[in-house]
Amino acid sequence: MTDRKFGFDTLCLHAGQVPDAATGARALPIYQTTSFVFDSADHAASLFNLQTFGNVYSRISNPTVAALEERIAALEGGRAALAAATGMAAQMLALLTLCRHGDHIVAARTLYGGTYSQFATTFDQFGIGVTFVDADDPAAFRAALTPNTKALYAETIGNPQLNVCDIAALSAVAREAGVPLVIDNTMASPFLCRPFEHGADIVVHSVTKYLGGHGTTMGGIVVESGKFPWDNGRFPQMTEPSRGYHGVRFYETFGDFGFTMKARMETMRTLGPTLAPLSAFLLLQGVETLHLRMPRHSESALAVARHLEAHPAVEWVNYPLLPGNRYEPLARRYLPRGAGGILTFGVRGGKVGGAAAGQRFIEGVEFLSHLANIGDAKTLVIHPASTTHRQLSEDEQRAAGVTPEMIRLSVGLESLDDILWDLDQALEKSQR
Amino acid sequence: MASVDDIAGLRRILSQSRVIAVVGLSPNWYRPSFFAAKYMQEHGYRAIPVNPNASEILGEKCYPSIAAIPVPVDIVDCFRKPEEMPELARAAVAKGAKVFWMQLGLRNDEAAKIANDAGLDVVQNRCVKIEHARLMGGLHWAGVNTGVVSSRRRA
Repeated sequence: MTDRKFGFDTLCLHAGQVPDAATGARALPIYQTTSFVFDSADHAASLFNLQTFGNVYSRISNPTVAALEERIAALEGGRAALAAATGMAAQMLALLTLCRHGDHIVAARTLYGGTYSQFATTFDQFGIGVTFVDADDPAAFRAALTPNTKALYAETIGNPQLNVCDIAALSAVAREAGVPLVIDNTMASPFLCRPFEHGADIVVHSVTKYLGGHGTTMGGIVVESGKFPWDNGRFPQMTEPSRGYHGVRFYETFGDFGFTMKARMETMRTLGPTLAPLSAFLLLQGVETLHLRMPRHSESALAVARHLEAHPAVEWVNYPLLPGNRYEPLARRYLPRGAGGILTFGVRGGKVGGAAAGQRFIEGVEFLSHLANIGDAKTLVIHPASTTHRQLSEDEQRAAGVTPEMIRLSVGLESLDDILWDLDQALEKSQR
Repeated sequence: MASVDDIAGLRRILSQSRVIAVVGLSPNWYRPSFFAAKYMQEHGYRAIPVNPNASEILGEKCYPSIAAIPVPVDIVDCFRKPEEMPELARAAVAKGAKVFWMQLGLRNDEAAKIANDAGLDVVQNRCVKIEHARLMGGLHWAGVNTGVVSSRRRA
């Protein structure tokens, strides 16, 4: 007998949550509690020794949060997951479980700015070195490896350059080096791409974006594939007795979810960026319609990209699935169901120049929302040069892939005609 | 008859069994076999140690062999090397056990055939504790993908 392999859409609604044992509640109960009683002193001891599974304190685990963790683990095709307060916290937990002082990471240079800062500034303070390399060049990742390298790190789709990662090629480099490939899959979501199917070992998300999908709630998650050989000699923290747990060896004891156990019981337990139960509930409501939202985001974004390409007030459009885009071949391979809702374009500078035209465009929109987020159900616009990247010089902006005339759009779920109408009228104003 | 590997089959084994002979149970509290036996004890099972080098583990008297256990056994749960599996399968059959269970990392087709041919259920390459926790216990709370999709309350 084999178990039924449920489809992605079914897992969006069911994975990780059966009706509540105590009440039969069909919706996910919000366990708004810090702590859980022990049945006995011996039960308490077993929980603290990791000899039984259960809830102790919501910093470490909580039944509402667990439903979100299992659901996203299932959607990614992974073995286990650990939720966190934000996407930034999730990637930190993943990497601090892999790295200690003196260790090293090789990362794509095109990473989201917040991630770049976390690696270049905060990890540097921790004594963890990060070498940033050309995201399109697997050989550059290989060339940057050191004996202390503990992870390769890249994004399925870079933000805001919208470069598509050749996950399988990076996986081959990682495998050869005996280190895990960590992929930030935020911009694609598991509906559009499942990095484990291409050889990634750990996936991280800002759940705030498409998984949550409604711009209401911060959250992050780390998912492990369950396939990385942690006993290859490079990860003594997985195979040697843990000081924190009286000699437990995480890989030997917990096997294919040993990394998640270590991330939870050591890294999360001691650093504490926990996801709140109410946040997990809100994010889970979004996950239940991921399979309906992502096709629409992707279809509308492609339609918007085509429309803008033909617009006289637009200099260029960048969307991975546009014919002729530099990343189109990789997008066809890794994002066959669509490339998500994010695109960038350049407003024609005309009389006032690109930066001013970009600002005029942003000030001219009627219902598209000017804010610094992506992956909301509503359409979002931002002019990076005058907002998120304002503190950088123009040269530094260009190095980060931001040009003065660039607008980033996160295409939402409104009527496509209305989105096009608002873009057109704001573009018209930008050229006055 | 092949190994039991599906949710319904594993649930049936775990709900119909009560006495587990744990072959190779270590007295060291941080070893996986100890974790598994302690967990099963806490969830209503009797875990009888088969270990010739110890006298008592987890409050249970140790026996030098499966044959030496003086009470009926439901599951023979093996934490020994793969090459020892056929001999342990024969001992499980002789003991009248209902299930021959090889732990995570253990596979042995010869042993599986011996047990199968005698009418025993066989489980390979799975941990009895993890499977109990996955299907009837708290593994879900550790963020693990249990594979369970159901509209029924957990028992």
